[in-house]
Amino acid sequence: MKQQVLVLYLATSALDAPVVGWSRYDGTGATNPTAGDGDEPPYETGVDALRDGWRLFQAAQLIPPYPGHEYDTSFLKHEFFFEKLS
Amino acid sequence: METTLLSSVRVAGFVAAGYLRLDAVVPDELNERAIDVLEAGIPRAPYGTPVRTAFPGGSFARRLIEVPAVAGALRSLVGPDPLVDHHAVHIREPRNGHAQPLHADAIIDTRADAFDVQLMYYPHEVSADMGGTLVVPGSHLRRVNESDTGRYQNLRGQTRLTCPAGTVMLLHHGIWHGGRRNDSDVRRYMFKIRFNPTVPQVRLWDTSDLADPAVLDELGRRFPWYEQATGRLEIHNRALMWRAMTADASFDVDYWATRVTNRPGRAA
Repeated sequence: MKQQVLVLYLATSALDAPVVGWSRYDGTGATNPTAGDGDEPPYETGVDALRDGWRLFQAAQLIPPYPGHEYDTSFLKHEFFFEKLS
Repeated sequence: METTLLSSVRVAGFVAAGYLRLDAVVPDELNERAIDVLEAGIPRAPYGTPVRTAFPGGSFARRLIEVPAVAGALRSLVGPDPLVDHHAVHIREPRNGHAQPLHADAIIDTRADAFDVQLMYYPHEVSADMGGTLVVPGSHLRRVNESDTGRYQNLRGQTRLTCPAGTVMLLHHGIWHGGRRNDSDVRRYMFKIRFNPTVPQVRLWDTSDLADPAVLDELGRRFPWYEQATGRLEIHNRALMWRAMTADASFDVDYWATRVTNRPGRAA
């Protein structure tokens, strides 16, 4: 059994929010995903990935902004890790 | 030297997207020489060398940045007499198996009232499979350190550069970008120069259209990869950058910055 990982970045903290970014890592070696290899997301929402058999195993925490840095932007906030075993 | 300054609308587009592109502005005569020149290498100068010293008159690099459209755009963004931070030739080999991780150059750089500009020059046509630079519009104000963004492979609305020969891109120092995997049989060349300003970056462009409503339209643009809430902060932060670049402390986009600083009767 080898792990395939799908990371979806969503527009809000809700799992059924639209996908704004995505990454894939393939432990089977069958594919070799990399940066900038596609313009269309694999799913429209996080729930769409569940419906296709991906298992959610990590979701980004909701962390309040640090005082004094409320308007700073940095990494994408709403990151969800999924896996499939094959 | 003839220059073509940018309009306010174009500079606002740069402030929103973090880059602008000048398609096919470099003449064929220079493009045709470029590969040999880049292969031979362009002599390095110490960090922070004035342009006239780093690139002597008549040299290839000097001629490149004196192309009127390039000179005007550079002057509009970094002003006269910038320093050459460094320059480098980037080559994506044919059928190379990997892309660069998405990154911002140098180290985390939080300047709100100054910025460096990176020039990227593509001497030949870049087709979709040649690994043209991946650029994420509107990422330049995010505070990240270099390749800490490497986890992100694709973001909605990303630009996978394809361009005609002689195209120049000018990028804010903070833009997220990366050289893509070259799946073609052709070597892909890009020449990069980073410029540091030596003057305050205030109203350096042709400001005759500063009141054009299209300026606000540009500064209010959202990009498809923005999260719903954080996207609002991007526009707020752009408004602050525009305030710095126009020396107009009251400027705002859709009241974002004004509302949250309104404290009647309170001292700072």
